[in-house]
Formats: sequence, C-alpha cells, structure tokens
Amino acid sequence: MFIRLVYESFRRQKRRKVLAGAAIALGVTVATAMIAVATDIGDKINRELRTIGANLVVTPQEDTLDVEIGGVNLKPPTDGAFLSDADLPKIKGIFWHNNITAFAPMLPVTVSLENDGAKQDVTLVGTYFAKQLSYGNENFVTGVRNTHPWWKVEGAWPDDNSHDILVGERLASRLGKTAGDTLTLSGRQLHVAGVLSTGGAEDDQVVAPLGLAQEIIGRPGAVRRVYVSALTKPEDAFGRRDPKSMSGAVYDRWYCTPYPQAIALQLTEAMSHSHAEQIRQVSQNEGAVLTRIEGLIFLITLAALFASALAVSAAMATAIFERRAEVGLMKALGAGKFAVASVFFAEAALLALLGGVIGFGVGSLLAHQIGESIFNSQISISPVLFPVILAIAVIVTFAGSAMAIRRAVTMDPVFALRGEL
Amino acid sequence: MSAPMSHQARDLAASRTHAPHTSMFVRMLLRAAVLRRGRAASALFAMVVAAAVATAMLNLYVDVQAKLQREFRNYGANIILVGKDGSSLPIGALGQVDSVLAGRGVAASFGLVVARTGDGQPIVVAGTDFDRVKQLNRWWSVSEWPTTTENPDLTQNQGEVGHPSLVGVRALPLVSPKSQDFDLTFQGKTLRISPSGTVQTGAAEDSRIYISLSDFVSWTGIQPSTIQVAASGSPSEITAVMDQLAQALPSTDVRPVRQIVEGEARVLGKTRATLLAAAALIILTAALCVLSTLMGWVFDRRRDFAIMKALGASERLLNGFFAAEAAVLGATGALIGFLLGIGIAAWIGRANFHATVVPRYGVLPVVLVGSMVVTLLSAILPISLLRRVQPAVILRGE
Repeated sequence: MFIRLVYESFRRQKRRKVLAGAAIALGVTVATAMIAVATDIGDKINRELRTIGANLVVTPQEDTLDVEIGGVNLKPPTDGAFLSDADLPKIKGIFWHNNITAFAPMLPVTVSLENDGAKQDVTLVGTYFAKQLSYGNENFVTGVRNTHPWWKVEGAWPDDNSHDILVGERLASRLGKTAGDTLTLSGRQLHVAGVLSTGGAEDDQVVAPLGLAQEIIGRPGAVRRVYVSALTKPEDAFGRRDPKSMSGAVYDRWYCTPYPQAIALQLTEAMSHSHAEQIRQVSQNEGAVLTRIEGLIFLITLAALFASALAVSAAMATAIFERRAEVGLMKALGAGKFAVASVFFAEAALLALLGGVIGFGVGSLLAHQIGESIFNSQISISPVLFPVILAIAVIVTFAGSAMAIRRAVTMDPVFALRGEL
Repeated sequence: MSAPMSHQARDLAASRTHAPHTSMFVRMLLRAAVLRRGRAASALFAMVVAAAVATAMLNLYVDVQAKLQREFRNYGANIILVGKDGSSLPIGALGQVDSVLAGRGVAASFGLVVARTGDGQPIVVAGTDFDRVKQLNRWWSVSEWPTTTENPDLTQNQGEVGHPSLVGVRALPLVSPKSQDFDLTFQGKTLRISPSGTVQTGAAEDSRIYISLSDFVSWTGIQPSTIQVAASGSPSEITAVMDQLAQALPSTDVRPVRQIVEGEARVLGKTRATLLAAAALIILTAALCVLSTLMGWVFDRRRDFAIMKALGASERLLNGFFAAEAAVLGATGALIGFLLGIGIAAWIGRANFHATVVPRYGVLPVVLVGSMVVTLLSAILPISLLRRVQPAVILRGE
C-alpha cells in the first residue's frame, strides 16, 4: 500500500514532481559547480600567480657577493662559484617534482660589443628558452618562456641549441638593430633572432642560449643561478619553523608539505653545492593573495549552498502545501501522523536522489565549462564528491520538507478537505 | 440642464467611483498581507534572502578588485623612475612624485654605488629612506629596522659612531661577521657603518648594504638614481599616474614593472570572472526560489481571484491588484535584503580581507529593479494561467 501510494503519487502528479525535482536538480547543480570550483580555485590561482615569476632561486653555496647595479654586473664573470647544468634535470626528481612548473638557469657574462667601430661592455645572459630535458623517463620542456611569461619577443625566440641571440629593446634601439640583423659580440658574429622587451634590466642586455654564454667564458656546464617556479602552499606558523629543531614525524610532515622552505630544502639536496632560497617578494605575497582568494570563494560557496538549500526547501514546501486535501483524505480514512509523514519523506527522498544525480551531472558539466572558459584548464571533480552531494541533497530536501510535512500532518482533516486552510 | 449642474454631478460621480475604489484597493492589499500572514511572510522571507544574497554578491564583485589590488600592492613597486641614460634624478624628484601620487601610493628613492670593504672587496651600497622602504617592500624580512634619528654632525662624528644600516644576509659574514662596526670606502672617503639589523629577501638585496639617504648623499655626493613607486588603483589609474609622472619629471624614464602589472591583471581578471560566474549562479538560484514561492502563493489564492472576478472586477483591476501586491513585496524585500546584504558583504570583507567592504549604493537600484521584475513575473505567470478559467470552476474547487 505504501509503495503504491508513492508510486501513484509520482504517476499522477507528474507536473508537480517534475517541478520539485527540477528545483532540487538546480540546487544540486549550483552546489556541485561551486564546490568543484572552490576546491580547485587554489590550484588555478596558484598557477596564475606563477606568471609573476619564479618564487625560488638556487645559487652556489660558496658564492662571492653579487655586485650588480641596474642590471649591470660588476663582478668578474669567472669569479665565485658555479652550479653545474648537469644537475638541472634533478630538479624534476625531488619529492614535490609535480609542483615544479618550470625552471630556468641563468649565466650572466660580460661581453664587448662592437658597433660601427665603437666598443662597449654589455651583459649577456645565457639561459634556457624552451629546452627539452629528461629525467628518468620523463620528458619536459622548461625555460624562461615558462618562468618569465611577461617577456615579449619581437621576431622569433632563439633555439636553445643555436647561437642566435635576443637583444633587449633599449639596447637594440641604441644600436639600431632589429630581428634578422647580426651583432658582433667578443669577436663572434651572432644572428639576432628577436628583440626582447621585459620592462626590467634585460632591456639593456643580450639574452642568449646557455651554451653560448658557457662557451664565451670557457666554462662548460657552468650556471650562476637557477630560477624555479613552484606551486607552493602559503607559509604558516608551522611552515616557518626551523626544520633542524623538529623531531622525526614532525619533520616528515613539514618535508612533505609544499611550503616554499620545504621545496627550497629539497632543491638544495638535489643540486650539489647549492643553496636554494625563496624569493620573498614573490613567495610571501602570493601566499597572501592566494589565501584571500581562496577564502573569498569559500565564503561564496557557503552562500551558494545556502541559496540552493533555500530554493529546494521552498519548492518542497510549496509542493506539500498544495496537497493538503490529499493529506486530509488520508487522515480522514484513518492514517496516522507517522504513515502520512513517511509517505512524504519517501517521496522527498526519491526526488532528492533523482534530482541529486541529475544535478551532479549538470553541475560537473558547468564546473568544467567554468574551468574551460575562465582558466583554460580542466576543473577536476573528485568522485568522492558524488556521495557527499547526494547526501547533502537528501538532507536539505528533508530539512526543507520537514516544516511543511509537520504542518500537513497536524492540521484538521475537516478543514483541509473543505479547502479552508 | 445647466452647465454647472452637470459639472457638479460629474464631480460627484467621479468622487464616488474613485474614492471607494482606491480605499478598497489599499484595504485589499493590506488584508491580503494580514490574513495570510504565514504565506505572505514566507514569500517576503524568500525575497529578502534573495535580495540580500544578490546585494552581497554584487557588492563583493564591485569591491573585490579594490581589495585584491591592495593585496597586490604588497608586491611592491609597479612603476620605476630612473634618470635618462643612467644620470641621477633631479633634486626634489621624490617630492614631485609624492605630489603626483597625493596619497594614492608609496614611493621610495634609491641611490646605488659600489664601495670597497676594508679588505678591498667590492660591495653595493644603497641609500634610501627606511620608513618608506618599510611601507613599500613589506616582504623584506628585517631583523631590526635602523632608528632613523638623523645625526646632525656627520663629519664630526665620523669614525667615532657608526652610521645605522641594514646589511644583507649574504653580505653580513663578509663585512661584519660579529656584527661589529666596519668601514667602507668610496672614492677615498671612508664611512663607518654599524649594522643595526639584517635584511633577507632572496634577491639582490641580500648582497647589499642599506644606509639612510642623507648619509649616502653626504658620503658619496651622488643623488639617488631610482625611484620605486607603488601606485594603487585600477590599471587605467596607474597608467594615468605614469603619464603625470612623465610630465612632471621630463628628465626621467618612467617604466611600469611589467612582471607585477601583468601578473596582477591576470589574477584579478580570473578572480573577477570566477566571482561573476558564482554570482550569476547564486542570483539565478535565489530568483528561482522567489519565483516558485511567490507563484505558489498567488496560485493558492485562486479563490480570491475567482470571487473578485465573479463580483465583477475588471481584468485591469485584477492585474493591477496582483501587480501592486507583487511590487510592494518586491520593494520591501529588496530594501530589507539590501541592508542585510550590505551587512553580509561587510562581514565577508572583515573575515577575509581584514578591511571593511564599502557599501556600494549603486547596487541598490539594480537589486530593487531585479526584485520587482522577479516578483511581477511570479505574479503575472499564474494570473495569466488563471485568466482563461471560469470563476465558477475555481470556486467549485476544480
């Protein structure tokens, strides 16, 4: 009898059921999409923040001081210690290698530039542009095009294995050179692949493939410093603690959290005679920005959940209120409060499950769409979310119906049947 | 019939047809709200919540840019001024920058030279204003800022009391391993320096020594060469500041720090887009919630509708009655919701940004009009459905 009641209710009141189900599906859609966006927004914004530049730098451990003013390096180029470029692929072998989005080695050298008979000293920086590297059986491409995305080139980016160079835009306009010209640097005729614009010191410099810079100072394999762009977790009190003072388990937890310090320590371990440090301007502030944006989206997700819960309960309340005559009839025929309530709750549960499944599907699509259109990347929805969303849908539908059901079962059947309520 | 009489009669007829009509209309509106308190209250509640959520979302959407831009100013300078062709900046340049900024940002000037340590090592020494740097470059990890009380008699005290300074962490072991005072020479002039604290940034600052600008100028005789400016505001405001700076200081190169400016624009754009998508979803849900509640309410009152119609009410009156009811409900709900929404936005601002979200009164008309549209829609839809039905059918309860 119970099953027949529920079944007939669905069969005969298709329009109402569709309306209530649609409201639930809509609520679940919004909830799913917002939860998916909120759980992924940290990662997405973190990647966007990487456009501000590298947040870690690796330098030789026993280095002499940098003597650099306005991008002009006054330190003798062969002075001090170097890192080895053979160690570079090992960066992709650290514990948090998936969080390393890119890295770029730098080797600044001083070269004499001959132009129309006049000689001047300029800084040439050797680096990777988009270098093919492999660690184990993993192949990846890395270089300044990833770590310094605000660098713009008029002309073409040089090939990493060539001897082509980029000339900074202010230097180029002083020399009257454009892409395709040749430039004489320390006695070498070099092809200018493009003109580089960065808004920084590089505008007065020459940027070349790393191999060329190593050749010029006659030190194969030498690298002065490495900029590393890594996805990190905002630093908190635990992250700031000195790892040396930690006990085993605590240290493991610290080491296995992508704090900037923990990744810096792993980089130091990966590269011999090196010292990695966070670039505080980038790493400190990105933590703050990230926390703010994540917090904002979290609060807005709460608002979305609240709004969709309200929409669901409003729809349920209306649906039940419209059926008070039916309740009156059931009660007049001798049905108890419990029997009446259980019919309604069973219906609500069915509707919630149905609406939940549809809503989850549509919500996943919506989240996917948001990720594609805003971040040009997938928003991943973990399957764990499915049962959670279904449970939320059922609970919210029950909570929304509870008030209306209580009112329905307590009213006098006489008035209900006469339509006076 | 005389003209004045007919005039009087017309007046009377007009007052009779209009006066009771209007009062009856108002009475019907009031009674509808009072008699069915429960349903009216739940409809109003839905309206208030929807308006509050919409207000909060729109307010946040408008305000989040300003809030995040403030966070981004912690990245430091977004504009750099340097003398053309490596020359020093004109004297008083910082004052001019300050007057252009007029409180909309921070600026600090820097002078840089290469000095020699006691054992002849080259080292970069920078002169700057510590109070300004403290505001400009908040990411600097400084053990202790030098006290900036100026020493009036530099020349007399030279050699006796060291000048306060910030020493980069990498420079410290080289120049002053035991944090003792040390000498630096520049073009034959010696300056005694006492390290007040250390600075750590992970960048070039770690290899430098920072002294106060007045010490720097009297020691080297060189005016500052760079001014770093952190201008606040939207990209167009920052461009305007750059144009003004270029005009005020024609002998300088004004450059944006592209790295910061572009990164900021990207992150802000994406955050706002996400927020807009979320706001659209939430407002849509809230509007549908109001729609379903109100439609239920109006539909429930089909008996009222039928009785009015049976008693001879015109279509126009009926439509007007339900429309007026919806408009009053929409307006009341929107106003209460607006106040509530401002409260929510302010709370989110305090909880998340540790700053108040400024109420945007420009949001009010949007919310008001939006609410009225939704309520009118939810009144008119069921009415247009009922219009085709005979009153007798409704009254019989079919």
